[in-house]
Amino acid sequence: MAALPPYASNTQIAWHYGFRVLCAMIFFFLIFPILVIIPLSFNAQNFFTFTPEMLRLSPEGYSLKHYEDFFTSSSWQSAMWNSLTIAPLATLLATVLGTLAAIGLSQSHVPYKSAIMAILISPMIVPLIISATGMYFFYSRIGNFLVNDVGLPLDAVNFAKIVLAHAALGTPFVIITVTATMVGFDRSLTRAAASMGANPVTTFFQVQMPLILPGVISGALFAFITSFDEVVVVLFLGTASQKTLPWQMFIGLREQISPTILAVATIMVALSIMLLTTLELLRRRSERLRGLSPS
Amino acid sequence: MSSSETLSVEEQLAAGQSDDGIVRAADGTPLKARLAKALRREKLRSFLMISPLLLFIVFSFLLPIGDMLFRSVENQIVQNTLPTVVEELERWDPASGELPDEETFAALAKDLKVAVEERIHTRLGSRLNYEESGFSGLFRTTGRAVKKMESGPYKAQFIEADKDWGELRTWVILDSFKAPYTSGYFLSAVDAENTAEGVQMKPENERIYLQLFMRTLWMSLAITFMCLLLGYPVAYLLAQLPARTSNLLMILVLLPFWTSLLVRTSAWKVLLQGQGVINDILVWIGIVDDASRLVLINNQLGTIIAMTHILLPFMILPLYSVMKTISPSYVRAAKSMGANDWTAFWKVYFPQSVPGIGAGAILVFILAIGYYITPALVGGTSGIFISNRIAFHISTSLNWGLAAALGAILLVLVLLLFYIYDKIVGIDNVKLG
Repeated sequence: MAALPPYASNTQIAWHYGFRVLCAMIFFFLIFPILVIIPLSFNAQNFFTFTPEMLRLSPEGYSLKHYEDFFTSSSWQSAMWNSLTIAPLATLLATVLGTLAAIGLSQSHVPYKSAIMAILISPMIVPLIISATGMYFFYSRIGNFLVNDVGLPLDAVNFAKIVLAHAALGTPFVIITVTATMVGFDRSLTRAAASMGANPVTTFFQVQMPLILPGVISGALFAFITSFDEVVVVLFLGTASQKTLPWQMFIGLREQISPTILAVATIMVALSIMLLTTLELLRRRSERLRGLSPS
Repeated sequence: MSSSETLSVEEQLAAGQSDDGIVRAADGTPLKARLAKALRREKLRSFLMISPLLLFIVFSFLLPIGDMLFRSVENQIVQNTLPTVVEELERWDPASGELPDEETFAALAKDLKVAVEERIHTRLGSRLNYEESGFSGLFRTTGRAVKKMESGPYKAQFIEADKDWGELRTWVILDSFKAPYTSGYFLSAVDAENTAEGVQMKPENERIYLQLFMRTLWMSLAITFMCLLLGYPVAYLLAQLPARTSNLLMILVLLPFWTSLLVRTSAWKVLLQGQGVINDILVWIGIVDDASRLVLINNQLGTIIAMTHILLPFMILPLYSVMKTISPSYVRAAKSMGANDWTAFWKVYFPQSVPGIGAGAILVFILAIGYYITPALVGGTSGIFISNRIAFHISTSLNWGLAAALGAILLVLVLLLFYIYDKIVGIDNVKLG
């Protein structure tokens, strides 16, 4: 398959190239929708298709007006700031709790390991609509109690609800990635540190943490993107002042589809390219650390 | 090791071993007890590390889900609003074909007066309205009338206020929902209802949920099949190519995987519209006439196309990781023994890739069956899933019990599938990226 042998028959040659053309078409299907929105976001008109000016590549067909719109519109800006405050907080919570639990789970003698694992992974399995429904009922009751009886400010309570919900949805990814790195972790290193007089906290931060860091960071990135991209739970739990970027996009797509969405989408594609690159670098680093050659 | 050291170890052992033959640690306690203690401490430590997250997940995730499941059977509103009526109805037999007696009507007057005072009678009306339309209005008009009712006999006065009180059906429904727990929501969720003659299917033209469940299932199956059809060749190619090339091509799979769901959905909305890119290209080539542009969006086709694209990486990644482990020597051996390319693939390679198909297909199916955002945006009315109906009942119709019952059925379905997935692949083997 990798290379065609010199004795290949005509049918084999035809099949070889035909198969590659088929695969190229599938790759095109995968990548085309993402690439097509990038030029469209520079459209000078409020259309969602290529105008004749754009096809002629003449400069008046292109403009940055949709980007300008995004950076000046107050609703888009507040949505972006909401996303950029909720996601890091949820990521922090998910990463700290998830890493700790993953290290605990990878010890050799943990009772009920598989049951605990199933519970911790469950937010990833349950369909979002069900998680959102459950949280909607439960959190609104607790939220009402906190606002009416304890007297906490309403906005802070609503904000906390979304951060907690997103943290819960992000933890399974941290657990999975950190547990995977813990498999390659040499336990005698912590024993060596302990034998030389380091206390458990020092051992953790000086010896264990640097080695499992790639797993922790990729888990954190997964948790971040989970929160940053999440819309169902926000739609149910949030109020207008917690409107996030995906929520704003959802409304924009459902009601009046404005070309600003394409500019936002392009910015988000750039963000995912950055994430993908970071993850790839981390993967290579972790393989180097384990003594495997980067494949 | 020098002989003096060996000796010292033996000496230590001799010191640790007392007359009774029990191996002891340096401080004289039996070694067995010391080891058990160390094991206990280690267990405690790992438990302490796990417990913060475990508590967090239980409180922020499992309890809310449990609360939702409880809501699908909870029905205390009738008993809380009309406590005396519920007591009186114990004596009444719905199958008798007669209206309840005067005492029940008197109880109704008493309870309703209290309820009107507390302004909760309309809430009961809208609750019962989910079972039979008309209850909302019935309770509103009766709420106004009951204030003027000074003394009995109440039966005639109620029937005069609203003739529905004279209908047997009103009382049958009230009677069947007097219990604090009900199967009513679950029955509605599968298009059945509780009648005087027991559980029956609703009339043909009122059945919507079973059909919606079936549609969700078949569309998820169609999406899974499309993903397999497109994912298998790509995974095969990636597994065969040298690492350098396949890593480059892998980016084309991973970039969509990492791109926001809403970005991909908006891309498809832009592509598939009547005035969108695909239709423009087709018109430009001349395949489609400008007047008869294809309807690709706001129907089942739109949902299937967009969701196949969104879920395709979830099929390719598990397939690839399984195919990567299939040694090429098997196929070479088959060919050396005279198998042609197709036989070698079908009889030797394909069976070894079946675990990957199983893993990918179940993963895609589980993800597809609970989808909400994409069907809501590109599915129109014919391409929506059960999730969209749940969302509708939560935010628009406010029939939360029915939403919870539909959610519970969906949850059981997904957990069942996941159990199978766990048996085939194992949760621990879930790989990301």
